[in-house]
Amino acid sequence: MCLAVPGRIVKIQDGYAEIDYGGLSKQASIRLYPEAKVNDYVLVHAGFVIQVLDPEAGPELERIITETMEPGDENES
Amino acid sequence: MQKKITLAHGSGGESYRELVQEVFLPAFANDMLRPLTDSAICPAGERIAMTTDSFVIKPLFFPGGDIGRLSVSGTVNDLAVSGACPKYLSVGMIIEAGFEMETLMRIVKSMAMTAREAGVCIVTGDTKVVEGGSADGIFINTAGIGVFTEGRQPIPQRIRPGDRIIISGCMASHGIAIMAARENMGFRPPIESDVAPLADLVDRVLRSGGRVNAMRDPTRGGVAATLCEWVTPDTDIAVFDSMLPVRPDVSAVCEILGLDPLYIANEGIILLSVPAPDAEEVLAALHSADAGKNAAIIGEVRKGSGSVYAVTDYGTKRKIMMPRGELLPRIC
Amino acid sequence: MKMKAKIEDLKKRIEELAKDMGPVTIMEVCGTHTASMHKYGIQELLPGNIRLVSGPGCPVCVTAQRDIAAALAIAKQDDVIFTSFGDMMRVPYGDQSLYSLYESGRDIRIVTSPMDALRIAQENPGKQVVYFGIGFETTAPLTAALIEAADERRVENLSIYSAHKTMPEALRHLLKKGSRIDGLICPGHVSTIIGAKAFSFVSEELLLPAAVAGFGAYDIMAAICSILYMLHKGQKKCVNMYPRAVRDHGNEEALKLLYKVFEPRDALWRGLGEIKGSGLGIRKGFEKFDAAKRFDFTVEEIADAGGCICSSILCGLKLPTDCLHFGKGCTPERPLGPCMVSSEGSCAVYYRYKGE
Repeated sequence: MCLAVPGRIVKIQDGYAEIDYGGLSKQASIRLYPEAKVNDYVLVHAGFVIQVLDPEAGPELERIITETMEPGDENES
Repeated sequence: MQKKITLAHGSGGESYRELVQEVFLPAFANDMLRPLTDSAICPAGERIAMTTDSFVIKPLFFPGGDIGRLSVSGTVNDLAVSGACPKYLSVGMIIEAGFEMETLMRIVKSMAMTAREAGVCIVTGDTKVVEGGSADGIFINTAGIGVFTEGRQPIPQRIRPGDRIIISGCMASHGIAIMAARENMGFRPPIESDVAPLADLVDRVLRSGGRVNAMRDPTRGGVAATLCEWVTPDTDIAVFDSMLPVRPDVSAVCEILGLDPLYIANEGIILLSVPAPDAEEVLAALHSADAGKNAAIIGEVRKGSGSVYAVTDYGTKRKIMMPRGELLPRIC
Repeated sequence: MKMKAKIEDLKKRIEELAKDMGPVTIMEVCGTHTASMHKYGIQELLPGNIRLVSGPGCPVCVTAQRDIAAALAIAKQDDVIFTSFGDMMRVPYGDQSLYSLYESGRDIRIVTSPMDALRIAQENPGKQVVYFGIGFETTAPLTAALIEAADERRVENLSIYSAHKTMPEALRHLLKKGSRIDGLICPGHVSTIIGAKAFSFVSEELLLPAAVAGFGAYDIMAAICSILYMLHKGQKKCVNMYPRAVRDHGNEEALKLLYKVFEPRDALWRGLGEIKGSGLGIRKGFEKFDAAKRFDFTVEEIADAGGCICSSILCGLKLPTDCLHFGKGCTPERPLGPCMVSSEGSCAVYYRYKGE
């Protein structure tokens, strides 16, 4: 339901990550994602890291669409 | 000189004279102010443009500017977009007792610097002091007079079908800078306001020979409010998402706070409606100044029925409406 | 531009899939999906027989009048600093709102993170700081983190008014009795917390094709395409079309913390009535942080207008124009149900575009 924005972790200290949003940086708590690491690309919601983003997943999604979603396609996806 | 403003400073007596002699006069120095008469006598042509605005902003100092710079720029820009050459400003101050003299001097210095930058003189003023707690530190009013010299004419302020909508720079910087500063949002580097006087920029446009049908500085309510004010029952205005200039840091903050840059205040840009054949000329004039380096054509006026909309990157339309009140950050 | 080409490709696939279908109604249940669809004009990219409807996914819009009244009553008390997300400030309760209270001089502060409320409490030891907990499963774990931190640091002048809600029970309640919804777009960010598998009941129990979607134009179009594909094939599955952020089991640490602090309760939804087990209440162990228990207040009840048909509109069974209050007793300035409170709700959109 909620606004969450992707950013990259550049530093972690005392339970907070410094997140880089393309040149602009701001702190976010890692309480909800304690396994966060520097250089992780993460989703931030209202000052908290809520999930790590998987950069491999984008191309995979496109492949699913182009290879499987044709009308009259007999293959199961 | 005293370290703090007291109620006596506002009573018109010795303290007040001292304040004017020591603080205002040296900063705003000019022959029209120096006599300190009730009204300043200033040479002018047949028609004058006159405007006034009051400034109550908090925080008083923010990245990129302060209430002083804002109070001069805002009034200068209101005069400039009418087609007049901004000339003279008055300053009325309401200051809270207990306000630091040092802070007042910083603000006054900023006003003087901005006035010099804009080529205007502050020729008259007034100061009142109120009890602590009544004025949020300081409130400033500026009124301004502009003249129509050198064949200048008032801008018609009427858009026409076929006009190109041109913006002189990036959107939303001021509103976002203030929001970030006020709420201590902790962005690094801090977001800077775009507050600036634009008399020179407008001057270049008017001297370019390009016709201007409408011109405004899109302050509160942003570009959206200006476009909604311009549209008429027989026109539509379309702007293109892909053409709207926004600084990357401002854009990132808008994403984070769920805000649309079109609706956020600006204090250092102008919006113009220019007949299509003259658009390139006007754009070149804007590009010739540093303040106009990001100028761009962002849309056009079409024959229509009073709609203002944005065309998305995918060719779909998104209606733009008059904002209702202050824009608040969205999380959910 | 590469992205435009991808969207164009999806548009064609959707057209191809939809051309032999009758009317299809797809519901989304996320305020941010509603806003993104509006931002990109998604409905305009779809063929005429595919209709998008906005479900009860805006937590602000489904906040019950009673909860807003409670918030106002608490905010009016002396020595209270009331903190809230900006979203809630303008939601009206009769003539009042948090914003109108702020204008009249009450100490009401907009926060962009729940932890701001903790900082404000620590900076103002002589005041009672209250945080308005609004949001679904994306936001509720953050409130849980706030309460946990306040407990650990012994910040005693902070309390939370929870109006948090959860999606799955509301979906069951809305869609079980029958609706004209043919497919569901599942909320992408709620799913990052509760996991894609949490929505498999939509296809298994409610027998609808469902797709978890992200928030870009491409993500949303991809989700719509997958739903139409499943309809075309007669498949009833819940597919994860936002794999870059959504895992099957979500964020287990966040869920653990959420249910350490909160427990399911019955909740009142604006326009929908009471839905069992759809709310989140603060557990006994943390009840000292519960503003509803800490403060004494009376709620001035406003008589219910009756005749609000939001629940039918949300299911796609009725149109805004079918409601007797539409445009008369219910307008964007004085909304009754969530469909009008949300600026992107079905009724607000109809109202805005009427006459065109």
